[in-house]
Amino acid sequence: MDAIITFLTTHWLGQAILILLQCLAVTVPLLVSVAYMTYVDRKVWASIQLRRGPNVVGPFGLLQPFADGLKLVLKETIVPSSANGVLFIIAPMLAFMTALVAWAVVPFDDGWVIADINVGILYLFAISSLGVYGIIIAGWASNSKYAFLGALRSAAQMVSYEVSIGFVLITVLLCTGSLNLSKVVLAQSGWFFNWFWLPLLPMFVIFFISALAETNRTPFDLPMSEAELVAGFHTEYSAMTFGLFFLGEYANMILLSALGSVLFLGGWMSPIPFAPFTWVPGVVWFALKIAFLLFIFSWTKGTLPRYRYDQLMRLGWKVFLPVSLGWVVLTAAVLQFGGWVPKP
Amino acid sequence: MASLDRTARSFLLSELVGGFLLTLKYMFKPKVTLNYPYEKGPLSPRFRGEHALRRYPNGEERCIACKLCEAICPAQAITIEAEPRDDGSRRTTRYDIDMTKCIYCGFCQEACPVDAIVEGPNFEFSTETREELMYNKSKLLANGDRWEGEIAANLRADAAYR
Amino acid sequence: MLLQAIAFYVFAAVTVASGTMVVVSRNPVYSVLFLILAFFNAAALFVLIGAEFIAMILVIVYVGAVAVLFLFVVMMLDINMSKLKEGFLDYLPIGAMIGAALLAEILFGLGVWGSGASDTVQAFNSAGIPPAAIDNTRAIGQVLYTQYFYLFQVSGLVLLVAMIGAIVLTLRNRPGVRRQRVSDQLYRSKEETMTVVKVPSREGV
Repeated sequence: MDAIITFLTTHWLGQAILILLQCLAVTVPLLVSVAYMTYVDRKVWASIQLRRGPNVVGPFGLLQPFADGLKLVLKETIVPSSANGVLFIIAPMLAFMTALVAWAVVPFDDGWVIADINVGILYLFAISSLGVYGIIIAGWASNSKYAFLGALRSAAQMVSYEVSIGFVLITVLLCTGSLNLSKVVLAQSGWFFNWFWLPLLPMFVIFFISALAETNRTPFDLPMSEAELVAGFHTEYSAMTFGLFFLGEYANMILLSALGSVLFLGGWMSPIPFAPFTWVPGVVWFALKIAFLLFIFSWTKGTLPRYRYDQLMRLGWKVFLPVSLGWVVLTAAVLQFGGWVPKP
Repeated sequence: MASLDRTARSFLLSELVGGFLLTLKYMFKPKVTLNYPYEKGPLSPRFRGEHALRRYPNGEERCIACKLCEAICPAQAITIEAEPRDDGSRRTTRYDIDMTKCIYCGFCQEACPVDAIVEGPNFEFSTETREELMYNKSKLLANGDRWEGEIAANLRADAAYR
Repeated sequence: MLLQAIAFYVFAAVTVASGTMVVVSRNPVYSVLFLILAFFNAAALFVLIGAEFIAMILVIVYVGAVAVLFLFVVMMLDINMSKLKEGFLDYLPIGAMIGAALLAEILFGLGVWGSGASDTVQAFNSAGIPPAAIDNTRAIGQVLYTQYFYLFQVSGLVLLVAMIGAIVLTLRNRPGVRRQRVSDQLYRSKEETMTVVKVPSREGV
């Protein structure tokens, strides 16, 4: 046993195996939760519309996501003859990969993080800004009007809302004094009203709405609005290439929920800081918080109609940008003059 | 004052919150959809489903090959050929319904003088091939034998209104 | 150390190769994509020397924002590439000269840095911060907001002027354009805009 531990921690091959195992330990549960996110989504919309949702495959339809996945794997991948072959295949991989890579810096519990880097927030922000490329390349390589228009919409929308997400991140890091996600969580220790969602409530709302736009979810799902663009940037995609986009989209949603719970809902912290609640492992609290945010994602989709594109841009640039900029200044002023500037 | 109220409402997203609460309320209401293969909606006795050829209680087929149904069929889905039988009665040798043409108007059962061709209560007769929907006489008679109970009950229930 | 060396040579080779491909590739969209690859590998090189803050900023600003706009423009252009590439060799001498000038500047800068005469180096030395004790985000902040504060502000001002300039150039107020006024729509109340009329039957309104 000791020999194995020494091998894993000191030898370079052992370290490589350890990193690989860590990646698997994150990726496999992530993919399973992506599968079940599609199921929960459908169940939530169904109950909002007084329907039943998937209930045939397996007990309560619990095997439905796997049936859908199997169907996508078994279908034929069609590359349109006028498409740009290489980029057409690369695009969905890119979209899926960026959604997975970002998980490297997310802390699941105290010390449970693959790469505990100092610039965790910036890393997440950088990776989420890369997600645009999968979509743009898909739209261009498909050589189709609908796909191209969808890609343009999606890219413009993601770039616009990234600005307000950036300001939200800046407010949070003003309050914590660190770019390290674990330290962001530790700065919110204590009761649930000590978490940043309450003192920074407007920023939490802006973050959540921007996250909806960032993941192309209703009410901002214009890139794939069926009524106008067939299916947007993935119009020409079929089988597993489409499946990768789909997985990437849901993985991104889970990622932004995780980011939301790290920044505003105290990450792995228990909401009530004494005995019976602190016995529950931090991962469970973290998962519950992510699940809560994901439920709001589905709930939003069941509730709100779609925005018009100019309204979307107006909201991003004329409402969220000034409001979030104002809050950055306000927060900085309050911290400075209230003497609450976090010590390095 | 009113404008202050409106501004406060729009900043607190009151309409959005109201909408969300409404959908949350609906989430816990009972479902209105039927769990179809296990639950089914009620059918009227006049429901016009899959066709059947009926028999008299002694086993003799009712159809007398008058071809009124063939004549009235607006989709021309019915084909009938007839010959005298050995005992001298007039009977069909061929009675085909092309179910892919049929529009389920029910004219055939209205036209029939002896209540031989009827549209029964069965609507679950989808097939995997097109050929299986070209019904012939034996298929229609088999349908009649299978659904006789329901068909007779429906006819009795509807008789009061005719 | 060996792993680091291998990583450095891989990233450096990919950077140089994709930089070359930016220039020689026939399709402008490919050029932009290779440019992005080059940015990305440059960011990886920054990470290797421990400058993770600059690496992330490079990815966020150049890959996440600037290159997206590049790609936008290039994708929507419909240009005949074979025509554009005709004069490639004619411009080679000028290009080579500019390249040589840039290289000379970099070498000159490196020489000054190495000799320790630069203000920044002195600032770091005089601050007496041991390089390992402080992460480079904080180090950049400490220099940027103290010693180079005015330059920082001026560069912000330059960007502001550029932004205002762009808005002034593109903003047009055309008369007679009907616009949606969202606040007016939101502030309509049911009482102001709707009356319920009981219509007597057979008489109409």
